[in-house]
Amino acid sequence: MLDVRAIDCYYGEAKALHQFSLRLETGEILCLLGRNGAGKTTALKAIMGLVPVRRGSIVFDGTDLTKLASHEVPRLGIGYVPQGRRLFSELTVEDNLRVGLMTRNSGAAVRQHVLELFPVLGERLGQRAGTMSGGEQQMLAMARALCIAPKLLLLDEPTEGLSPAMIALIRRSIVELKTHGVTTILVEQRVDAVLPIADRVAFVENGRVTAVMAVAELAADRHMIDRYVGLG
Amino acid sequence: MSFFPHLLLAVLEGAVAAATLALTALGLSLVFGVMRVVNVAHGEFYMLGAMVAWWLSQLVPAHPLLGFLLALIGAPLAVGAVAFATERLVLRRIGYDPEATIVATIGLMFLIQQLALSVFGADAKPVNAPFTYRIVFPWFGYSGYKLFVVAASAVLLLCVWWVMSRTRFGLIMRVTQFDRETATAFGIPVGRVYSAVFVAGAAIVAIAAVLLVPIQQAHYLMGLDPLLMSFIVVIIGGLGSLKGSVIAALAIGLLGGIVSVFFSPTFAAIIATLLVAFILVIRPQGFFGAPAR
Repeated sequence: MLDVRAIDCYYGEAKALHQFSLRLETGEILCLLGRNGAGKTTALKAIMGLVPVRRGSIVFDGTDLTKLASHEVPRLGIGYVPQGRRLFSELTVEDNLRVGLMTRNSGAAVRQHVLELFPVLGERLGQRAGTMSGGEQQMLAMARALCIAPKLLLLDEPTEGLSPAMIALIRRSIVELKTHGVTTILVEQRVDAVLPIADRVAFVENGRVTAVMAVAELAADRHMIDRYVGLG
Repeated sequence: MSFFPHLLLAVLEGAVAAATLALTALGLSLVFGVMRVVNVAHGEFYMLGAMVAWWLSQLVPAHPLLGFLLALIGAPLAVGAVAFATERLVLRRIGYDPEATIVATIGLMFLIQQLALSVFGADAKPVNAPFTYRIVFPWFGYSGYKLFVVAASAVLLLCVWWVMSRTRFGLIMRVTQFDRETATAFGIPVGRVYSAVFVAGAAIVAIAAVLLVPIQQAHYLMGLDPLLMSFIVVIIGGLGSLKGSVIAALAIGLLGGIVSVFFSPTFAAIIATLLVAFILVIRPQGFFGAPAR
């Protein structure tokens, strides 16, 4: 479904990704682990076309994303929840959802499904997004991305700053999406929050993927987590 | 003339000044709000609109109404085309960089000004109002066309408000204004939105010019005053806030009109400039602008 082939990305002259490669199958949940500045967020932005790729290719369902304009990428069915949520905080919940729905002209059924997944948003449609709690804002960021009806969902630290109850809700919704065939890439610092739901883990160091392993293998090799994330 | 008729005249003149100011500042505010581009050539788009209105009115000199209607269609199209070319050939190529766009639009301002001088000459060019109805008060008569300008400005402002707050394109513009990168991540072609906004800003000020040129006359240097006043309005209202710009325009226009009638237009301009200095000290982001982060 997604094949990231040896991409190089730069911020100005600083190289952020070196020969970064990754493969995902449909319905898989892959977690990118690594220390701050390792290149995890840049990798997600490169897939979204928000950071130019100088070398390599990113093939999604047979289409090379590096050949498309940035705004065409989400229209293929790639949803993105950026780090820090990046909601349109002056707009209402309803308008934030409309932005997601407009991307692929998703219908009322998609909106209905999203509101069933996060019922609290249905009660707050007229509220300004910036006035909601952190957990509710994260739900809205997820919901906005789901309004695209994504085939691939990119989540950048979705549990950052959330309460355990809210983390559990976010995890449940990711698992529920998997049952609908949605493929997910998760960037996380909180290993404990994602390992129970991830299928595989890719370790990122200095802008490249240094190891990929199944979660079951990882359980027997905890020093990998210490090495790459610094958390046990 | 006793005090009340004097005050009525001052309020009427103030309403015309406010409507004029709101329309001319609207485009500047829209472009800055969405694109973060300070368009120093905004006043020249206004001048160009007035020149095109004059030229079109010359085609049918015996029919001022027809000339006015032609100008209402032709001026925004012509000025919009210049704005489109500017956006594609200049602003896009310098990546909408805030400093570079200021320098580029200063250059454009002189370019348009000198082109207008070369093509149309240095003389002021009168344009007949589409109608000459006069409202007769017991104390004085007043131009019906000036009140039409106030009404037309109000309609245009309402149209812009409706587009911004009630339509899909308005939502796209607001989203682009808030966060360009996230807008892109939701399929919004930011480059095209910028083109449309820049053209819309120019077209609105061209319509303002068509409405106002029968009151002011067209001249190749006429863009400087509206530019200065638009900046004053946008700074007081809050950079990027359409609502703030309109409210500030109404307040400054009314105040300016009243002061002009009771004292002098120069005194009104001094007050407006002092007001900007005062606002910049006590509230740099303007009344409705967001504080810098």
